[in-house]
Formats: sequence, structure tokens, C-alpha cells
Amino acid sequence: MPATDALRLEALAIGALEAIDLTLAPGEILCLSGASGAGKTRLLRAIADLEPHGGRAWLGEVAQEDVPGHEWRRLVRLVPAESQWWSERVGDHFPAGNAPGLAALGFDGAVLDWPVSRLSSGERQRLALSRALSPAPGALLLDEPTANLDDATTRRVEAWLASAIRQGGWPTLWVAHAPAQIARVATRHFELVDGRLRQAEEGPCR
Amino acid sequence: MQVIPLAWWQLALAALLVVALAACTAAARLGMGRSLLVAAARTTIQLALVGLVLEALFAAARLHWVALMALGMLLIAGREVVARQKRRLRGGWAFGVGTLAMFLSSFSVAVLTLTVIIGPEPWYRPQYAIPLLGMMLGNTMTGVALALDRLTDGAWQQRAVIENRLMLGQSWREAIGEIRREAMRSGLTPVINAMAAAGVVSLPGMMTGQILAGSPPALAVKYQILIMFAITLGTGFGTLAAVALASRRLFDGRERLRLERLSAPRT
Repeated sequence: MPATDALRLEALAIGALEAIDLTLAPGEILCLSGASGAGKTRLLRAIADLEPHGGRAWLGEVAQEDVPGHEWRRLVRLVPAESQWWSERVGDHFPAGNAPGLAALGFDGAVLDWPVSRLSSGERQRLALSRALSPAPGALLLDEPTANLDDATTRRVEAWLASAIRQGGWPTLWVAHAPAQIARVATRHFELVDGRLRQAEEGPCR
Repeated sequence: MQVIPLAWWQLALAALLVVALAACTAAARLGMGRSLLVAAARTTIQLALVGLVLEALFAAARLHWVALMALGMLLIAGREVVARQKRRLRGGWAFGVGTLAMFLSSFSVAVLTLTVIIGPEPWYRPQYAIPLLGMMLGNTMTGVALALDRLTDGAWQQRAVIENRLMLGQSWREAIGEIRREAMRSGLTPVINAMAAAGVVSLPGMMTGQILAGSPPALAVKYQILIMFAITLGTGFGTLAAVALASRRLFDGRERLRLERLSAPRT
């Protein structure tokens, strides 16, 4: 059963971002680009309610301030650019016991018994995506989810992610730089310029 | 048995030896001669003053004077807890959390020990109350300061881990749980070690003093066991309370990690 809740931001303000209004439809992937330091990561952190901010956010009928912080973040799941691993075993980080998409991400089930220290940075990044989808979220905020991956792996991971997002019906904000990737996965593409969101010019690669 | 009186000139002999030690450290260029002498002078002056205060207090033996002395000791201990932390909570919270935790644990355990177990007449008799409270506060202070320092420094070092756990929908308690437990452990370790080594490696100071003052060793031992338990209770509950209060303060009502509530370490 795909989710049918939209993610809605109203006058969201943090740092240099003054008033971000945005509605993401269920299953939509909105790619967000912008110069480094433009505030993309802070915008995601504000939507996940990890930093004090102005404005409001809803997922469907649920308003951010109406539920405790951890419940909101269980719904609106942020995957940071650099993942953290705090336990000895990989499997300890999957409390629900299931790790979605392991095969598509290039792992077999044995990876859950690996010590974390054995993981390369690319493996950590892919496993962090699987970890963030278990249990299933209500919306996704992805901060450069394929930044440390080679081309072939990037294609495989983004294809798996895009299909999981459409199947799950999760409104998704995806921070990305590569125009080719944006062309492949985005339903819409916005740029963050001078503290404002604006629809990106269609690039020649499209 | 009467205690052999000590005259000031006899102490001066011991002081001369300290000066000799300072001269040796200066000769060895340890750079500690000065601080050694200053610390020795502080010991002399502070203890002489406290002796005067205690003489007056014992003569008066009024509840409000005992309470005032206890309050003074508590506030100085609170200041010391703040001074021993590298990154402390801003806005008076470091002092408030440490002092409140020490007040709750040390005072309630001390009052309980005095009224229920030892039972002097009146219960606040300063000969019992002040040394008991002093020993408890001294140890609780160490535990609370260690635990708070470990907590705030751990939260700072592992901020990315805490935030990643929050992003996965964990509550603030889960997200900082391991750091909290680690901080509580480090606060409790010194008293556990002291209990384990008591009598085998070290003869505790209070027991030694009582024996020197002519108490039968069997009685001194009973008092020492009681004091060790009281110290453990005070330190234990004080540490638990301080870590619980301070870790809550690291997060806001939306369960966000708010490290700007910690001051930067002094350089």
C-alpha cells in the first residue's frame, strides 16, 4: 500500500533561507541543487526538525509541532551525506531486523554479521540508505545519497531508490549535483539561490 | 586515652621538610617548587581557619549555624564541579545541575545517617554532622564532576552519531543512552575502587584519625564502613541525578541536540 500523504512546507525559515514554501506529492522526487553553502543541508535539517527554525511543515494531516520530535523524524526520515555507525555489528543498526534492498544494493544477508570496521565508505553509504528505509518512512530527505559511489554503483543505487520511493509513495527531497542524475530521477528540479527556491532552467542534458 | 598534643613549632619541623622538598624539585627543574609551596601554605591557612570556624560551631551547636556551614560547603563544592569540566552547560546550568544533584544526594543521605543510624543528641550535633557531610560532599563532588565532564565531552565528540540516531527516529534517551551510561560509570568507578581497596591497600583517613585519637580499632572500623556506604550512596545517587538532569538539558523540547548550550573549552 503506497502512502498518500504529501509533504508541505509553509514559510520555512532557517539561516539565510527566509520563507520556503513547497509541496511534494506522494512518490514525487524533487531534486535540489545549489552552490555549496547555499543552505541545502540546513533546509533538510529544518524539515526533519533537527534545528530550531521558523515556519511550519506537514506530512498529510500531521503537523510537525503536533507530534514529539522523534515521531516526526520517524515519519520524515533524513539520510545525511555522511552516515554514522555506533555499534559493533552492522546488524545492530537495523532494530526492525530487516534490511530492505540488500541485494539491489550489492550485498547478501551475511553483511548484517559483519563488523562495522570492515565497511568501506561506499558500503556505509549504501547500507545507510537501507537502514533509513527500515521501518518504512512517510517521506524521505536525501543529502547527496550517491556522493561516494562509482558510476556503475550510482546507477544501480539510484534506480533502486527511485523505484522504492515510487512504490512507497514517499514524497522525497533529493539533494544532487550531477545533472545526469537529476535528469534520470527527478520529477521536478529546484535550485537554491540567494535563500530562495526556484525552478531550475532545463539543462541541455535533458 | 589522651591524644598527644601537637605544638605549632612541631608542625614547623614538618613544614621545613616540605620546603626542603620544594628546593629539591627546584634543583631538578620540575617547575613545581612554587605551586608546591603555595599549596602547602593554602593547606595551613585553610585548615587553620576551618579549625577556628569548627571551634565556634561546636561551642554554639545551633541548627541554623550548622545549616549555614553546610550550605557554604555545598556552594563551594558546586563551584569546584564547574571548574573541573572542560565543556560546561552555559547560563548557570552547570553550577545548578551539579549543586542540586549534590544537595539531593549528600544531604538526604547525611540526614538519614545521622537521624536513623548514628543518632547523636541532637541529631545535627556538629561533631558528627560536619565531618560526615564534608566527607560525603568531597567524594560526591569528584563523582559528579567526572560524570558531567564525561557526558558533555562525550556528547560533543559524538554529536554526529547522536544526530544520526535522532534522524532514524530514536528518542533523545536512546540517542544519548550509551554516552549517559558511560558518564554514570565513570562517576561511580572511584568509589567502587575505593571500597574494593579499603583496608587492603589503603587505611582510610578517617579510621586512621579515629585510631590516633584513641578509639578502639573495632569501633573505628564500624564507623569507616558506615562512612564508606554513605559516601557510595551520596556519590551514586548524586552522579545518577546529575547525568539525568544535564543530559536532558542537552536536548530541547523537540528532542534536538543543542550543543550551543555548552561553552567552548578554555584554551
